Amino acid sequence: MICLLVAGFYPAAATGQQPVKLTFWSWRVEDKWAYDKIIQAFQQRNPGIQVEFVPFKATEYNTILSSALTAGKGPDIIHLRAYGGLETFAAPGYIAQLDFDKLPELKTFSRQLLDGARGRKDGKLYGVPFATQSLVIYYNKKIFAQNNLSVPKTWDEFLTVLKTLKDHGVLPLANGGKEGWTLEVMSGVVAPNFYGGTAFYDAVTRGQTSFKDTAYTNALAKMLDLRPYMHPNFMGVDYTTMQQQFINEQAAMFIGGSWEIGFFKAQNKDLDFDIFVAPPSKAGTTPWVSSYNDGNYGVNAKTPYMDAALKFIQFTATREFGQMFTDMLAQLSAVPGVEVRDPILKHVQELSRKATPYIMLVGFRWQAPTGSTLLQSALQGMMAGSKTPEQVGDEVTKGLSAWFEPFQGR
Amino acid sequence: MWLVFFLGPATVVFATFITYPILSALAFSMYAWEGIGRRGFIGLANFARLFATFPYSGLLVNAFWHNVLVFLVTMLIQNVTALGLAVLLARSPWGTRGYRVVFFLPVMLSLVIVGFLWALFLNPIFGLVNKFLTLAHAGALARPWLGDASTALLTLIVVNAWRWLGFPTIVFLAGINAVPEEYVEAARIDGAGEWDVIRRIIFPLLAPAVTIIVLLTFIGSFNWFELPYIMQGVSGAPNRATDVLSLLFYRTAFGEVDTGLQDIGIGSAIAVLMFALLLTVSAVGAVLLRRREVELA
Repeated sequence: MICLLVAGFYPAAATGQQPVKLTFWSWRVEDKWAYDKIIQAFQQRNPGIQVEFVPFKATEYNTILSSALTAGKGPDIIHLRAYGGLETFAAPGYIAQLDFDKLPELKTFSRQLLDGARGRKDGKLYGVPFATQSLVIYYNKKIFAQNNLSVPKTWDEFLTVLKTLKDHGVLPLANGGKEGWTLEVMSGVVAPNFYGGTAFYDAVTRGQTSFKDTAYTNALAKMLDLRPYMHPNFMGVDYTTMQQQFINEQAAMFIGGSWEIGFFKAQNKDLDFDIFVAPPSKAGTTPWVSSYNDGNYGVNAKTPYMDAALKFIQFTATREFGQMFTDMLAQLSAVPGVEVRDPILKHVQELSRKATPYIMLVGFRWQAPTGSTLLQSALQGMMAGSKTPEQVGDEVTKGLSAWFEPFQGR
Repeated sequence: MWLVFFLGPATVVFATFITYPILSALAFSMYAWEGIGRRGFIGLANFARLFATFPYSGLLVNAFWHNVLVFLVTMLIQNVTALGLAVLLARSPWGTRGYRVVFFLPVMLSLVIVGFLWALFLNPIFGLVNKFLTLAHAGALARPWLGDASTALLTLIVVNAWRWLGFPTIVFLAGINAVPEEYVEAARIDGAGEWDVIRRIIFPLLAPAVTIIVLLTFIGSFNWFELPYIMQGVSGAPNRATDVLSLLFYRTAFGEVDTGLQDIGIGSAIAVLMFALLLTVSAVGAVLLRRREVELA
């Protein structure tokens, strides 16, 4: 009854007042259907506000967004990346500052995630985190069963599993090296258990050690253990081919990020897979899982509709939004208390309890050249055999010293 | 008065879309940047940073030599082949028209399609190239063409040459056809053989076509962006083996998605250097090459 009354009342009220039209830019072309549904839910609750979701090609998004913002234009609501990717836009003042008074919902978010929404210089909040990603190992349960294999508990067991598969003529790992970032992901999975997880992260981000530390270079060297179990021409294997190999059950495992779950399921409904995390060297120790804030929703500092835009991003901080986001996109929403129904995603959530920051993204992507840029191309050299792990450590440290003072002179 | 009227629109368009961006890049290169926000004037500090700090200094030199290599190898395999084909086509063998169409066809294909197709052909797992090598009992030659630092750049150059081959061929063919028949006949009567005719009559008179092709190849090689971008991404993978100046510029000025951040100061500095290099070399090259051209009396 009340609904009917409200529904009958609003159009009349709206005639005197044009609905506010907000634009929302994003690089998530493939998620448009989900955002459209989420926006519908928001609009039902806020009849005076209309939101239009406008996605751009991911590789061109930054260029388009920078040009628009510097020209004093751009959308009202902005899909932003996290950490340094947010800082690029926030530091020059293009993104509206947020705080707990404006968005009390943010108080319940985990501190680690909120750190991905803060400016490095001023420590202020600039966005509502939307998802957390973890780096894991996917495995094909059918192939494991056919070869009588179970999830390895230690690094040595892992190598035995890989060898068994190879001996049986199965390609153990779908991974390749043509795109450097997939190698950085691999290092994010393999290395933390060997460099000591967050203790090393804290030390290196405080400048007490550098990437020349043998703890780090020895951890990188562990990636070389995996080389024999990738395709012999793996250096030419790009990301799409990696995905295809795993989806079409041509490869038993895929080292990658938790964002793949939805895609894998959509591409092959019969694919029976699950995840495990990189096994530690000793049995019984809980392995580290690299994880990070995937990105944020922010508001254009120059929007003429500040109140309406804030209302929308406030909505993205609610449990209702988080639930829809997780259910539709099979990603871990950043909103606390969201119930994860997808069993694999739930598994990721459980295993990510012992999370460590994804080292270059969280710690060293604040200025150019970023730790990721340096690491990715150096890792290509290492995996191709033209660089040693020590050279990789040297190069990364030297490159970062351009802006990370503690590394200068090391 | 009419001159101004007719040249006006073109001048305005040129000034807005060519002169202004070049000047603003020059200006941008002399400012400090914080993310995408412009800060104070810092003179040549960005250039100093570009030349003196790791990894930029190394990347700049690395990319520059790759551009040089692209130019030299393209001259060698694309333009020399084109010249040979033009000489053959000029003799009007059976099916000349068909050959002309076939050679020119790839030039008309969109570069995005060419890049995408060849990336598929060269895929190390299911690509045609490695499959074919295996069938031809040359499986040992199969390799990750685009992922191996020793073959990636050359592979890109070959694909690029495959795509462009028809263009210099047609230009050379037109040049050869423009050589007056009397000259060739006169040479024949004087007892010149096939090779002498080509070397002493056709080549010298082809000089204007050569000038154009060399200059265009130079400019194309030093502005080379689309094909490496489509096939290898913006990072010059693997390990900067296919990095060229335009990619380096794009990467530093606009950032690498999910990897790097933009450094507009350094990016603009690279753009300014590229512009200066292209302008100087093209100008000097044009003067030198023109000198060798012979006027048809």
